[in-house]
Amino acid sequence: MSGINRSLQTIAALVENRAGVLARVSDLFARRGYNIHSLTVAPTPDPAFSRITIVVNVDSAPLEQVVKQLFKLVNVVEIEELIHEAAYERELLIAVVNVATNKPELMSLITNLNGNVLTDSDSQLAFSVEANPSQINQLEKQLEGFDIISQQRSGRIAAPKIGVTVPKTTAKA
Amino acid sequence: MTTEKISEKRINGAQAVIKSLEMEGVEVIFGYPGGAILPVYDPLIDTPIRHILVRHEQGAGHMAEGYAHATGKPGVCMVTSGPAATNVVTALADAYLDSVPMVCITGQVALPNIGTDAFQEVDTTGITRSITKHNYLVTKAEDIPRIIHEAFHIATTGRPGPVLVDIPKSIVAANNPDAHFDWYYPDTIDLPGYNPEFEINVEQINQAVEMLLEAERPVLYVGGGVLKARAAEVLLELAELGDIPVVTTLMARGAFPDSHELCLGMPGMHGNYTAITAIQKSDLLIAMGSRFDDRVTGKVDAFAPEAKVVHVDIDPAEHGKIRAPELAIAGDCNDVMKAIVAKIVSDSAKFADHTAWRDTIRGWQERYPLVYEQSEEGEYLKPQFVIEQIAQSCPADTIVTAGVGQHQMWASQFWKFDHPYTWINSGGLGTMGFSIPAAIGAKAAMPDRMVWAIDGDGCFQMTAQELITAAVDKIPVKVALINNAYLGMVRQWQELFYDERYSEVHFGYDVPDYVKWSESMGCAAFKVDKIDDVRSTIDKANAINDRPVVIDFRCLSSEKVYPMVVAGGPNDDVIVHPSQAEEN
Repeated sequence: MSGINRSLQTIAALVENRAGVLARVSDLFARRGYNIHSLTVAPTPDPAFSRITIVVNVDSAPLEQVVKQLFKLVNVVEIEELIHEAAYERELLIAVVNVATNKPELMSLITNLNGNVLTDSDSQLAFSVEANPSQINQLEKQLEGFDIISQQRSGRIAAPKIGVTVPKTTAKA
Repeated sequence: MTTEKISEKRINGAQAVIKSLEMEGVEVIFGYPGGAILPVYDPLIDTPIRHILVRHEQGAGHMAEGYAHATGKPGVCMVTSGPAATNVVTALADAYLDSVPMVCITGQVALPNIGTDAFQEVDTTGITRSITKHNYLVTKAEDIPRIIHEAFHIATTGRPGPVLVDIPKSIVAANNPDAHFDWYYPDTIDLPGYNPEFEINVEQINQAVEMLLEAERPVLYVGGGVLKARAAEVLLELAELGDIPVVTTLMARGAFPDSHELCLGMPGMHGNYTAITAIQKSDLLIAMGSRFDDRVTGKVDAFAPEAKVVHVDIDPAEHGKIRAPELAIAGDCNDVMKAIVAKIVSDSAKFADHTAWRDTIRGWQERYPLVYEQSEEGEYLKPQFVIEQIAQSCPADTIVTAGVGQHQMWASQFWKFDHPYTWINSGGLGTMGFSIPAAIGAKAAMPDRMVWAIDGDGCFQMTAQELITAAVDKIPVKVALINNAYLGMVRQWQELFYDERYSEVHFGYDVPDYVKWSESMGCAAFKVDKIDDVRSTIDKANAINDRPVVIDFRCLSSEKVYPMVVAGGPNDDVIVHPSQAEEN
């Protein structure tokens, strides 16, 4: 797939859902000079644990070191390395745009990516798109010519593809 | 969690802290009371645990470290919130960088006041997050036994390190009904993200043995991890079995006897020529619990250029952090070396012939021994001579601590260590003022052993007040003050690299008057400025056992530490002692 940035690698850490765990993770990245591109965190179905998905710039440090240092945190239970080919990668973009005669052009961008129109008023369009990160990158470029009121992206989450075994560091027996 | 009911007795949080420390086998707490920790100091009166009242919280931390270095058991310190917590930060960082097992208990403002900028409130867990192995903010009294149990487990297993437990005043307050609970003590640990155990991987052991047998110029590069693993015995066995020369880093002095013919001494910036050069010329470097510190490697790209590396460390994150090893083994140095020795013995395996290698090494040793020149008549003393004289007049198992700077390097170079756990210093953080409190911690742990602190005048002025602690608590340590009137190591760098422009490094010999100051703190004290008085004064000090002793040794300011490798420079460029350089 074109547009893949090899400097950005995704890791997913299963962590204990305790106060201060996110601070421990972000502190570690800051202290060791690892660059975070995006970071998302949410509880897992088991409320004792959360999953933190981090896109790290591996030009700042080898991924192996990042994983090993992160795994030293007592609250980090498991880390999966999710290279592009091995993972489903998804990101959400929400935007509100002023539209006029260019509305059909915007609608086709949204439809092409199976996006959802959230509000459709005469002069404004609110929509969301869920797609892989390079598609979201491309969409952001295409939106540059529009009159955008607000635009946000969620940061990446990822999961291993069916039938693919990804490298895993785990404290589980 | 399965819990063992000790009794149905209700207990308050403060009692639970002390009782938990008792359950962990704590013998000594180094501490300092204050507002937020006050409730915990009340039940302390009723416990058999000894409390040593320090004069500054940093001292409590370093004493706990000294205790841990000497015994291998976790050191414990306890201080209050705010400025007390920030004062102990230096010791926590020191323990973190040198992997010292330690549990630090800090008081915190009452739970409802957290986040309000209350009196003596700081974000202690936030401040110490990157300098502790783990830390806790306790939010419920009934969590105290579990958290203290976990803290000791984490501090002492895997790669050891400091763990901090921050306890708000409200959950230890005897008058808070919510701070009472039915006493229990956990007999299991539930830490799903923490598994410090490594199983021996037979494939890796076989591969390590194969590499060892093939090597023609092997060197065992031994670091502090060998001492943490209490692995000195099997190290000796492995070195002798394979006829393998050993270098011991600053953190590992004593892990292998200096008097052994295979011992090459300390490598690194102020290591000796042979230890540095043997690594440079080796074809196999067995890094055993060492971490390729920049003070050892110099310029990394030029470090041991011909060597394959086998890196054994209990912390896998050390593998490849600085130097990519050909073989990385994650595990306890003791377990791994035992497995290697067992494999060699059971195979009756034969090593390559190291005769030529040993001859080459012997040539370097003969040409470039550690040397100094005795001072001239009427001059002040040479620090190396003072340290040698102390070493020669003390029992072989004497514990030696050092501060940071020239005196630390001379102590490491000129004291001959033949026993493990006799050398205690601040390697990673390089904390000036470490030696006196560390010596007190070690002596508190081992009252029957002689303990000498080799200190500099800069270091002494940072933590000397702990000698009051030592005098009052009857912990008779001995301090050799290498008084050269300067911040000597800084002066050395200014002489060599800043055109002898001495900026802010002069302390002077006479202010303070070290003898009067020491005497006022309850110590015996002497001043020595003549060669002839050195030995007799040391003997006098060694005979005093009812109070601390300080000897102000007047030493030459101009003396420099040799050999030296310039910071960041290649280890092939060793600056040897000027008397040896001429022979080149």
